[in-house]
Amino acid sequence: MKQLPTDPSRRNFLGKTAAAGLLIAPGVLLHQVAQARPADEAASSKVRWGMLVDTNTCSKGCDACVTACQTENGWGGEHSNEVKSSPEQQSQWIRKVTLRDKQNGHEQSLPLMCQHCETPPCVDVCPTGASMKRADGIVLVDKHICIGCRYCMMACPYKARSFVHEELHDQKPYAPRGKGTVESCTMCVHRVDKDGTPACVEACNKAGHQAMWFGDLNNPNSDISKRLKEYGGNQIRADLGLNTGVRYQGL
Amino acid sequence: MKKKITYTEIEGRSLGYYALLVVLGALVLLGAGAALYMEHNGHYVTGMSNQIVWGMPHVFAVFLIVAASGALNVASISSVFAKTAYKPMAPLSALLAISLLLGGLVILVLDLGHPDRLIVAMTFYNFKSIFAWNMILYNGFFVIVGVYLWFMLDRTMANYSKYAGFAAFFWRLTLTTGTGSIFGFIVARQGFDSAIMAPMFVVMSFAYGLAIFLLVLMATYSWRGAELGDGTVRRLKNLLGVFIAGAMYFVVVFHLTNLYMTKHHGVEAFTLRDGGIYTQLFWYGEILVGGVLPLILLYLPVTGKSRIAISFASILVILGGLAQMYVTIVGGQAYPLEMFPGKEIIASSFFDAGVKSYTPTLAEALLGIGGFAMALIMIPLALRILRFIPVSMADAEIDPHYREAK
Repeated sequence: MKQLPTDPSRRNFLGKTAAAGLLIAPGVLLHQVAQARPADEAASSKVRWGMLVDTNTCSKGCDACVTACQTENGWGGEHSNEVKSSPEQQSQWIRKVTLRDKQNGHEQSLPLMCQHCETPPCVDVCPTGASMKRADGIVLVDKHICIGCRYCMMACPYKARSFVHEELHDQKPYAPRGKGTVESCTMCVHRVDKDGTPACVEACNKAGHQAMWFGDLNNPNSDISKRLKEYGGNQIRADLGLNTGVRYQGL
Repeated sequence: MKKKITYTEIEGRSLGYYALLVVLGALVLLGAGAALYMEHNGHYVTGMSNQIVWGMPHVFAVFLIVAASGALNVASISSVFAKTAYKPMAPLSALLAISLLLGGLVILVLDLGHPDRLIVAMTFYNFKSIFAWNMILYNGFFVIVGVYLWFMLDRTMANYSKYAGFAAFFWRLTLTTGTGSIFGFIVARQGFDSAIMAPMFVVMSFAYGLAIFLLVLMATYSWRGAELGDGTVRRLKNLLGVFIAGAMYFVVVFHLTNLYMTKHHGVEAFTLRDGGIYTQLFWYGEILVGGVLPLILLYLPVTGKSRIAISFASILVILGGLAQMYVTIVGGQAYPLEMFPGKEIIASSFFDAGVKSYTPTLAEALLGIGGFAMALIMIPLALRILRFIPVSMADAEIDPHYREAK
């Protein structure tokens, strides 16, 4: 079985408390239950969740990450519940982009989504505070107080946010969406809070590309931090100084 | 000796008066219908998308909000700069400022994804958001200008009107600075991202607001059959000319500074040369219709004395202002985000490559026009109820330095 790029430091932490039993227990389920952060415990700034994309291994024709996100969070795709909106109006939480170097013609492909900035412009401009960043670095929209002004969409340098243009049905209970509010990649916060991995990262690995990594950027021993230390990683629009949580290799 | 000015209501019984109310009222109703239609269905019935998120309603809304601040000019000149000749017009100027701001805000609120959450917007504040500052600035504007109006109209409070005028003056400058900063502080988009946006909006507000004020003033006196002195019209139209020139100056500086910076060459080429509808609106709308033509009309000796020409020039300034807002707001979004310097996007499912397209729908236009009509309909209604305007605006009545021409 292929090793998923999860964060070993969290395992170590867990290991001290639940070591023996878990080693014997079959499968991952018990492991996850034991590690999951209790629902009443606030997200901690000790961790900063991040992603790393290796554009060298990201396959041009592949959109496994996109379809996985669609299935997981209930937007777009074949069974899109946005039936009245035009393609320009339909939500896209994550998209594949193909780039060509103007000088030498080198082509590369990468997934583009909310970059989960440390200082997110969307959070700065949001009049009500609906756009917010959790202590662990995940940028979200509180659908209850979003008034649908779209100022965050104007301010986002990555065009990572979408506005819901019509009434929606059949939503995922953990990923609520609503007409007249703004939404974007949640880094699969519902999975992360249960010690899981975002759907896109999981799908990328399942497809055998190993182009996406997820983990704690604050922990020097996490796979993602080690990879970043060894190979480096760029931010899109690093000139803006936003310190993004999503990094790219080979860009 | 200082003459005492007598203020009056308008009679408001003529057929023309009711016709005006019916026409404006119909436009307001159409706008309300459009808002209901958009709100009921969701924004898919508009031309707006996830690529162009602010469209025609914002063009009208921002124009009216900016013009509102400018409409207060005449009152400010009388109270802050102590120009007696402007004083008789100050109440009308303040009234117009309030009505224009209300019209603009109504559009803005009705275009929200959740207009029903207005109370949320008023109770949850993120103090780093320029939008949140603006909500305070807009509400404050109503209060301060409202108090200013009260002090002007209530003779017992007249002594304080100067102070209220000062407060209103500073508030409106801050308000337009805030409105300009909504765009100026957006670093992500090449079409905005310039601190000069704030002062540029301030000067543009002078021109847009005064153009509307001049039209309202001339229409009011002409339809009432009362005298409006040439001296007043000349003073205001010359001032309008200065403001138009000032706005043009800022537009030139804005584009020249961008042209100097290599990183902005792309967006400048887009606005000035390759942008299709945006380029045309910039040159023909903003510059020619909104700047050059009105300046010629206002200053050419033949047309400069004609009230028809002055009215026409004012209308051109308004049309040019709407064109400017369209170029700034929609054009600024149509130009693609520059995310990958040195690289071009050759494929994306989210329309990252190339210029974004936007075609406003009828509903959006009606919402904008309805908001404009709502701002305007408040004037004849308010004028009928309270004494906002002098009985006569004849030069001999209002200008202490007036001398009969020999």
